[in-house]
Amino acid sequence: MSTAVAVVLLVAVIAYAVLGGADFGAGFWDLTAGGPQRGARPRDLVERAIRPVWEANHVWLIFILVILWTSFPEAYASITLTLFVPMMIAALGIVLRGASFAFRKTVVALRYRRIFGAAFAASSVLVPYCMGAIVGGIASGRVPAGGVAGDPARSWINPTSVVGGVLAVAAAAYLAAVYLVQDARRLDEPDMAQHFRRRALVSAVAVAVIAAAGAFVLRADAGYLFDGLTSRALPAVIVSGVCGVGALVLLHRDASRGARALGVVAVAAAVAAWGLAQSPYVLPESLTFSAAAAPTGTLTAVLVAAVLAVVVVVPGFVLLFVLDRRGLLPAEGLEDEADDVLEERPRQRTHSSGHDGA
Amino acid sequence: MLATSLDPLAITALDPLGWARAQMALTLMFHIVLVPLGVSWAFMTLIANYRALKHHDRDALMLAQRWSKYMAVTFAVGAVTGTVLSFEFGLLWPRFMDQWGEAFGVPFAFEGIFFFTEAIFIAIYIYGWRRLTPWTHFWSGVPIVVAGIFGSISVVAANAWMNAPAGFTTGPDGSVVAVDPVRVIFNDSMPLQAAHMLVAAYLVGGFLVASVYATAMLRGRTDRYHRSAFLISFSVAAVAAPIQMGVGDSLARWVYDNQPVKFAAIELVPTTSSDVPETLLGRLDADGTVSGGIPIPGLASWLSDPSTGRATVVQGLDTVPPDARPTVGQVNIVHLSWDVMVGLGTLLFLLAAWYGLTWLFRRRMPRSRLFLVAAATSGVLAVIAMEAGWIVTEVGRQPWIVYGLMKVEDAVTGNTGVWLSFIVIALVYLAVGITTVLVLRAMSRRFRRAGGFVDHDAPYAPSEPPTPSVPEQEEVR
Repeated sequence: MSTAVAVVLLVAVIAYAVLGGADFGAGFWDLTAGGPQRGARPRDLVERAIRPVWEANHVWLIFILVILWTSFPEAYASITLTLFVPMMIAALGIVLRGASFAFRKTVVALRYRRIFGAAFAASSVLVPYCMGAIVGGIASGRVPAGGVAGDPARSWINPTSVVGGVLAVAAAAYLAAVYLVQDARRLDEPDMAQHFRRRALVSAVAVAVIAAAGAFVLRADAGYLFDGLTSRALPAVIVSGVCGVGALVLLHRDASRGARALGVVAVAAAVAAWGLAQSPYVLPESLTFSAAAAPTGTLTAVLVAAVLAVVVVVPGFVLLFVLDRRGLLPAEGLEDEADDVLEERPRQRTHSSGHDGA
Repeated sequence: MLATSLDPLAITALDPLGWARAQMALTLMFHIVLVPLGVSWAFMTLIANYRALKHHDRDALMLAQRWSKYMAVTFAVGAVTGTVLSFEFGLLWPRFMDQWGEAFGVPFAFEGIFFFTEAIFIAIYIYGWRRLTPWTHFWSGVPIVVAGIFGSISVVAANAWMNAPAGFTTGPDGSVVAVDPVRVIFNDSMPLQAAHMLVAAYLVGGFLVASVYATAMLRGRTDRYHRSAFLISFSVAAVAAPIQMGVGDSLARWVYDNQPVKFAAIELVPTTSSDVPETLLGRLDADGTVSGGIPIPGLASWLSDPSTGRATVVQGLDTVPPDARPTVGQVNIVHLSWDVMVGLGTLLFLLAAWYGLTWLFRRRMPRSRLFLVAAATSGVLAVIAMEAGWIVTEVGRQPWIVYGLMKVEDAVTGNTGVWLSFIVIALVYLAVGITTVLVLRAMSRRFRRAGGFVDHDAPYAPSEPPTPSVPEQEEVR
């Protein structure tokens, strides 16, 4: 039964990585979009792409934390005691990011837009780095069992954590770029599609290089994880690699479809590989999922909640994404100056009404 | 990192307990202000939306659209500040999670589903105005209200469990070996506590929104739009207020029956006695006597159980050893907060009654300026009352984090860097709080300047991409 809950946990982590991760990655492209003039159009696309979905995607994180602490409380206690600093930074980054994203779209003055935009974009890089570093600390066996604190600094400032953090930022940016290519096409902005296609290609290569270099780091620094990745998790690693290469080829050819699906599978398989590689441990080599597991009653309740989530939440997400893809969630009900101040430039919006075309 | 690099210097002397308490209190007190807006504002918006569709009321439509736009901001801030709490349960209270997570967490597992639903449909509602058909769009708002209700019930169920822990079996070493999730969720404290918070969400949300429009009306903006906004929001609060009196009274009696020490702190009762006075204000001194305040003879006894009247015995603080009851300082905080909550709650109830009776007999809202002045302050007062109520339940439970089973001091993290995280969090929250208010005000000013609809003839856009409108139209009005 603890295995079933562990699978639920892994699925939630994958969902957060491919959905929430892309929203963070979009912040990365916002950060690197350049000055107010040059960056206006990519920023506008980022804004419109993640605006309707980021909050729903963000809930996966809460779901993950809840499943973790409810089903494997001892592990959560160890993790929070050991990784206090990166978790606190991540929590703060989440507040800054969400709040400034919401604020940015309501202010008119360029100065404030830039302040909020910078806070949003910088924290969009900081948070995934922390998440990756946390994963690195856990996966390399630096969090001890027994609800006790490990090394408060070296648990997240170590080679595996650096690999995890950098890889998380890069993978998020990669996913976001792949999504944004599609969004740009949908919104009929071919030059933006090219803009993000180039970035998707570059970030795909970056992810591949980091992953390859990371393999050597893991072999030296996270033996159990490395062994797992080259045995139990090898199929997932291969799937991830093959899909990643496939997505790269499709992006390079500027294929109209397929790249996004392959990119998603590549990242999902990579996360799954991590989960498989460290199984059966929640905290590698010190605490297994079954040893950390809550009593049967709790696990049953969590599984019931998971089933309800499949029944209620998954259709909800499908509805949200379908409406969004079809352009049925273009803008808020009321015209507001702040919606149209994203720096003067010709716009090619197709769906949202308002001042364009005037 | 800073904490460890300074280790083992002076920082180790900083006991994390006080800082952890302060940080938890700060983040919860901040988040709890956003809760009522998340739970009840969608309901008020749907009332306006319904009116707009049913009666082709353009003011109501504009109201619903503006409210949905404000909600986008408050919901985002609420979502991320709520996330911080999930982190903090572990970061600040790891031993609590270690020992009790398997029981305490159960309601949250279900809350997750409601929160998902809320986040999904609020996005559809906020961004669906233009291209969904009007009634489809209206119905997309209904799940927000339902999910808001059940989501807050789930969260309060977890807090109620801390007051009335149930549904688990412990082994010889004190660890939880079996959990009955149904008993955990439906613990004894849950029904009344959840009802109290839920009604509070409507009460506070209603007064908070109404106070903005009362202020506008005092400034002379008494047009139909502002009146509609006031009527919708104030009516919601006015319905909630009398219900809250009843629910609150029942909950107080539950506390009398089940958490006698908390009740003793609330009523300032040092030693067990009958004919206990209801002391307004006043304080408990270090020697265990009550000084100051205005005692109303026998009222606390009478309210505790009207059937036995003034003969009702109220258990005193001294019936448990000092280390199992709140400190003198905490008792005074609890008692003062209680007075504030009940006092403000009563005032708000009277304000609601004024409104209700005027409506009943004269078929209109009160015209007096005094009423508007009171209504304009009602939002802040309602928030203070809610915060005070939260202080009563949390501080009144001290020193326990799980009533009778685990003390707060045994739950806290050993991390000595909490002082730093508290300071950073306090600064960030201060900035976010101020900015939220400023941003909402700026939006409201812009809306006012823009006047009515920009899309004059198409309040609900047709499903075709709407015809382009020119900015100059803004000045038509």
